Amino acid sequence: MPADAPPVDALRFSGIAKIFGGVKALDDVSFTVGAGEVHCLAGENGCGKSTLIKIVTGVYQPEPGARMQIFGQDYAQISPTQARKAGIAVIWQDLALFAEMTVAENIAFETMLGNRPRGVSYSRLRTAAASALARLDVDLDLDARLGDLPIAQRQIVAIARALVSDARLIFMDEPTASLTQSETDALLSVVRTLSARGVAVVFVSHRLAEVLEISSRVTVLRDGKLVGVYPTEGMTQSRLTELMTGSSFAQDVMARDPTGSDVLRVDDLSRAGEYEGVSFTLRGGEVLGLTGLIGAGRTELCHTLFGMTPADRGRISLNGRELNLSSNRDAVAEGIAYVSEDRLALGLIQPQSISDNTVLAVLRRITGGVGLLSGQKQEATVAHWMAELAVKIGKPADAVSTLSGGNQQRVVLAKWLATQPKVLLLDCPTVGVDVGARAGIFRIVRQLAEKGLAILLVSDEVPEVYMNADRVLHMAGGRIVAEWDPRRTGLSEMEAAVYA
Amino acid sequence: MTDLYRRISTAFGPEVPGLLGFLALVLVVFGVFAPNFLTGANFGSIAFQLPELGLLTLAMLMPIISGGFNLAVIYTANMAGLTLAFVLNQYGGVDAGLWPFVIGVVLAIGVGALSGAVMGAVIAYVGAHPILVSLAMMIFLRGLGEFLTKGGDISGFPPWMATLGHGTLLGIPVPLILFLICAVLWHILLTHTRHGFSVRMIGSNIRAAAYSGVHTKRTLILIYTLSGVMCAIAGILMLSRFNSVRVGHGEALLLVTVLACFLGGVDPFGGFGRVLPVVIALIVLQVLSSGLNLLGANQHLSTAVWGLFLVGVMVLRWGAARINERRRKGS
Amino acid sequence: MHRFLRAYPTESKLLAVLLILCAGLSIASPDFLTLVNFTSLLNNNAVNVIWAVGLLVVLIAGGIDISFAVAASVVQYLCVYALVAIGGGNWAIGFLFAGGFGLALGLINAFLIHQFRIISIVVTISTFNAFFGLLMFFSSGRFLYNLPSWWSNRVILWEYQTANGTWAELILPVLVMAICMAATWILIRRTTTGRQLYAFGDNPEGARRAGIPIGLMQAIAFGWCGMMAGIGGLMQAHITKEVIPNALVGRELEVLAAVVLGGARLGGGRGSVLGCFLGVLLVAITQNGLNLLGVSPYAFKMVVGIIILLAISTSNLDPAKWFAKGGKV
Repeated sequence: MPADAPPVDALRFSGIAKIFGGVKALDDVSFTVGAGEVHCLAGENGCGKSTLIKIVTGVYQPEPGARMQIFGQDYAQISPTQARKAGIAVIWQDLALFAEMTVAENIAFETMLGNRPRGVSYSRLRTAAASALARLDVDLDLDARLGDLPIAQRQIVAIARALVSDARLIFMDEPTASLTQSETDALLSVVRTLSARGVAVVFVSHRLAEVLEISSRVTVLRDGKLVGVYPTEGMTQSRLTELMTGSSFAQDVMARDPTGSDVLRVDDLSRAGEYEGVSFTLRGGEVLGLTGLIGAGRTELCHTLFGMTPADRGRISLNGRELNLSSNRDAVAEGIAYVSEDRLALGLIQPQSISDNTVLAVLRRITGGVGLLSGQKQEATVAHWMAELAVKIGKPADAVSTLSGGNQQRVVLAKWLATQPKVLLLDCPTVGVDVGARAGIFRIVRQLAEKGLAILLVSDEVPEVYMNADRVLHMAGGRIVAEWDPRRTGLSEMEAAVYA
Repeated sequence: MTDLYRRISTAFGPEVPGLLGFLALVLVVFGVFAPNFLTGANFGSIAFQLPELGLLTLAMLMPIISGGFNLAVIYTANMAGLTLAFVLNQYGGVDAGLWPFVIGVVLAIGVGALSGAVMGAVIAYVGAHPILVSLAMMIFLRGLGEFLTKGGDISGFPPWMATLGHGTLLGIPVPLILFLICAVLWHILLTHTRHGFSVRMIGSNIRAAAYSGVHTKRTLILIYTLSGVMCAIAGILMLSRFNSVRVGHGEALLLVTVLACFLGGVDPFGGFGRVLPVVIALIVLQVLSSGLNLLGANQHLSTAVWGLFLVGVMVLRWGAARINERRRKGS
Repeated sequence: MHRFLRAYPTESKLLAVLLILCAGLSIASPDFLTLVNFTSLLNNNAVNVIWAVGLLVVLIAGGIDISFAVAASVVQYLCVYALVAIGGGNWAIGFLFAGGFGLALGLINAFLIHQFRIISIVVTISTFNAFFGLLMFFSSGRFLYNLPSWWSNRVILWEYQTANGTWAELILPVLVMAICMAATWILIRRTTTGRQLYAFGDNPEGARRAGIPIGLMQAIAFGWCGMMAGIGGLMQAHITKEVIPNALVGRELEVLAAVVLGGARLGGGRGSVLGCFLGVLLVAITQNGLNLLGVSPYAFKMVVGIIILLAISTSNLDPAKWFAKGGKV
């Protein structure tokens, strides 16, 4: 090979399509990663990033017509084993770790793969795991059971696992979502080292500053289609956001002064290991933003406000009356509703019907005279809320899992609005909802606020609370550390504080 | 034809037309090959045999829909039967009147409910797997029953009790009437009450149900309590059919009840299941068994055929799901 | 010691309970802490342990097998006929046949589970009924006494006459039990395949993404369970000197209870050979102790049921884990 020949690209994929149950998750996408390049894959949630990664790594098979080349070699079909042998490693967003195994086994799991049985050398395993952790400059107990670790440490285990293999291309799907700044810095410097050694890295992150800092090129996807491939040189965050969302953020911040009286009042609320000394008030008609990193204690706080975990200390009062919630049924009865961040596992009962999911929290109201459920009342309730929230559904009897993310989230809202709540806790309501549908969700949120509902909007996407909340609280390490007015504090200032 | 299929499946559930088809096929095949199959006597004997397995299957059904199991159904039934037998023996045995019977029935149902409630409470509050909890309860109840009876039979009941096990009302076997009443009650409970609604939701995703404000612990306890009550009714029927109680009676039916539920389209992962298809599945199993019996095979061959039949049905469902998937992709 | 406690929390607890139980019984009954009693405990429970380690592998891989005890009966019958057909055979051929037939029955389960994506409890309840029904049909419920003499003659590995004249002895099934335990331990702890089984049971989706062959995992788990069932069946017939078609039905649930008592989890990813052994032993020693204390044998099972219920209630199982469908980490 002549010395001046260009190095072979790590990946050359084109014509990639994937259809799930009639919905095109990916439509004629091309994706090329150069050898040793740090490449960013960008797009809003639900744009097809994860699907693309699963196709590259052989977890999903693409529709016919795809052309796939890995390090110069053509593949008609890729299996997970082939992808691994070709030098591809992945840090999955959901980590895909093994809770019952030790840290060492999880990190060095690679060495235990292969169809032919071989002996396991636990000492070699520990050495490999320890050296991977050393490269990340972190210290974890190798014998700890993975399931006992907090999420941030599991994330580190997942990163270390990718370093153990002699991968030539590493996919990192949201690897920094739960990391602190110093851990993130360590990871970014590992990425640079890897790149210098000729290992290509595909980086997926919604922290755009990070993306622009680390990568040389960015591939942008939107709604399953390729928007384009751009050099990060000279790219700005706002330009990238525009490419991802397809609309420029000319929209003004929605913040205004609420007129209602205090509805929810939280005083010095604390729960050991979760949050500490949290106080705030939420007024009727107000959208109060609450942001912070994953693990900052946001969801834990919501769980207490919703009566699912008791606080160790402090008071919650509603309309001036102190609440004593012993379960979330009490909270619902008091008029508090909670939209979970995990819609798939907790927000909806996926295999069950749209209709049943909608009335799940108001069974008493659809009960007829003799104590039996009334099909008519159920139908009427469902029809009312589907129309009210403009949910696009086929039949109410269809499984809720057949709906798109945005429509599923509307069903969750319908379920809670049917309980006629006074306070609505929205925990990351746009996770897995595509861009167009997000605006729709926030329109509903704003309309509800205008009707006088008190809304706590929790999100780890700072722009979301910046754009949609009247006030923003910043939570870090379980404490409320700042309060901002979006009309006075800029987005970049907020982001700098949150991701610090 | 396809229109009829669609109408039946929307009205009664997607499993029903297929099962009815199976039933028709089985009836035709045995009608042609087995003499005396299509006779009143044969159907009469089916009608007397079905309720015992049927009631036990109903007892298994509700826990399975909730994503669990109740492996203690047989011994709960035995213990309930034993309770009634003790009361009757205390008050004169063969000469016992109606009141001891009523008291005995109430106590028997109480025993069934209690054993179910204990299981439900352990499952709900400890979070242990229902298979384990009910297995432990099964071992306990079997031990308790054997301890109380020293492994023997208890008999000597008033003769009028035979009506319950062998009598007819308006030409319909009394056990069948009892079973149909229970099946209808179960159907209403599962499809038209808050409890039934919660059972299905818990079966699909207990955490999401809890997040939506379903009282999952209370529901779990009620599920196993009701299951225990149904076991007790089965136990009382078994007592009157055999005119005796022995711990271990009906032991072989345990896994058949699970099989009947799965055959009736109940989702093994929980969340979905209806009474009607399960009843039809029970009829199919019983007809298969009686047909084979008339052809000279014994009960054991029927057991084998039941097992193979379930595998066959699951394979067909797998095939149908694949064809559907492909069709949806094509469109 | 510290590391053992951490890696095997359930086993440690079980061991502590067992030691307390043994201490109590040796004070309460002079016959408990004797060589004769201990050897007979081992002799009587060897077969259960063999089945337990087989079932353990299935549980680790996230499945369940209801059919193995019936499969053991089927293997016994097949072995008798096959051995008679070849003119008697010997121990080597016996193990080969028993292991082979058991493996084949286990692979039937694995094939149905993997090929048609049917959950293992449905498949094994079906095959339980099919195996048992066919066995009873073809055997007509007859007992078989015509075992080759090498099979039915008691093989005593070690014996010792105690001071009061009674004999303490260890028989062949105890050795076989030890070998099966060792083999299973090597499989699940010391080979890559075994660790893949744990991973597959723990997080099937994660295992799939790592490229672990799912079909092979099912085949190994259910094949191993079937093989142990067959070998256990061979040993059971060696002890009883006869083959009874319905003698082993019902044992599957007792073994399952013992295995789970020993720390294995329905849902996969957890369990150890030591735990299986301790689980079987706890049930056995409880019964043994009650017997020595003169409690009515009819009360044994009741007490065993209570013990299992208590064991379940006091272990800190996580309800979210087994109810969660996705099994995400």
